[in-house]
Amino acid sequence: MSVIVFTIIVLLGSYFAGLLGSLTGLGGGFVIIPLLTLLLKVDIHYAIGASLVSVIATSSGSAAAYVKEGITNIRLGMFLEIATTAGAFTGAILAIYVPTHVIAIIFGLILIFSAVMSLRNKVEQIVHKETFLSKKLRLSGNYPMNDEMISYSVTNIAGGFFMMVFAGIISGLLGVGSGALKVVAMDGIMRIPFKVSTTTSNFMIGVTAAASAVVYLQRGYIHPGIAMPVVIGVLLGAVSGSKILVHTSSSKWLRWTFAIVVTVLSIQMIYNGIKGNI
Amino acid sequence: MVNGFLLDLSMNYEPLTMNKFKDKDIQVIIGWILRGGVMVSMIFVFIGGIFFVYRHGHSIPDYKTFKGVPAFISSFSDILNGIATFKGQAIIQLGIIILIATPVIRVAFSAIGFLLEKDYLYIFITLIVLLIILASMISGHAG
Repeated sequence: MSVIVFTIIVLLGSYFAGLLGSLTGLGGGFVIIPLLTLLLKVDIHYAIGASLVSVIATSSGSAAAYVKEGITNIRLGMFLEIATTAGAFTGAILAIYVPTHVIAIIFGLILIFSAVMSLRNKVEQIVHKETFLSKKLRLSGNYPMNDEMISYSVTNIAGGFFMMVFAGIISGLLGVGSGALKVVAMDGIMRIPFKVSTTTSNFMIGVTAAASAVVYLQRGYIHPGIAMPVVIGVLLGAVSGSKILVHTSSSKWLRWTFAIVVTVLSIQMIYNGIKGNI
Repeated sequence: MVNGFLLDLSMNYEPLTMNKFKDKDIQVIIGWILRGGVMVSMIFVFIGGIFFVYRHGHSIPDYKTFKGVPAFISSFSDILNGIATFKGQAIIQLGIIILIATPVIRVAFSAIGFLLEKDYLYIFITLIVLLIILASMISGHAG
């Protein structure tokens, strides 16, 4: 396959990955890595490197919009970035030593988990009680919704912190944003309101990915010939996705479609991993 | 969900209280850094991509086995040399480095914001994050 054909295929594939990733909130990496490894037979390290770069682009682009709205809890994000960057650093080092077929299997498992998480009906429980740590770290905050300010506090900070270390490791090892794991830590464990957890998680994804990208870059995992079409495609797809979302409110069928696509891809990744094809 | 993604440049909102004002100011700067960094890096990636595809469009790349990156983009000084001679892959790689640097610069700017608020605990937290990224950078280089 020539450079021009490869570039066009990856551009188109990445565009749809970015579009779907933005519409469902799962991120583009989950489609990019199977596309590159299963379909185009690209080495998984190159695929992870390219995906990681696209994760930084999309999360930074959308974080810029969120931060402006004042929903993102910057202190909470910064505090938890200690956990995610330390995890990402560990993950990037692990990626050097873990055999590629094992990476493929872990990828498939995390992918299934994320798909299930995206379909789950979530119940919001806002806590108001301050804990010692939440007061000390000034993590409580408020956010605007329908012209009123909703205040919230944060609970089980240590538990959330450790979950974030794990999310960081997965992000560094697989080259994905691991948004689903970050949401588990924030909604599930720390009881942060959805609007705040989604935007703050997105805010953190860029730094987390950068912490492992510096390792990938120096190891030669980020190849310009692959990263170029991936990052342009995913970013354009994500921009289109954000435009569509303004007009349509219901995205349930989309979530289901994406969950099915993602499950098929993850089974493929696990199967090829077990057979040692990756 | 992502309303003003990248292209929305309006920044009109009222500070809620005087206390909140600095927080909002820093948020504007952070938003600006993130958006600007992504745009600048994409310009490099795009221009480099055009050079790369124009020159090497018909060659057959081998990405099946991992071989690292070509020697002329394996270090930062090599990349700069490559850009001087309009090598497409070197221009793309510079764009990618700018992209990776973007969230790190954002973190550094947050430190300045916390400094203005005299929030020493959070200056400390921000510095830890920067140190971890630095450690990651050094370890990648050492290996």
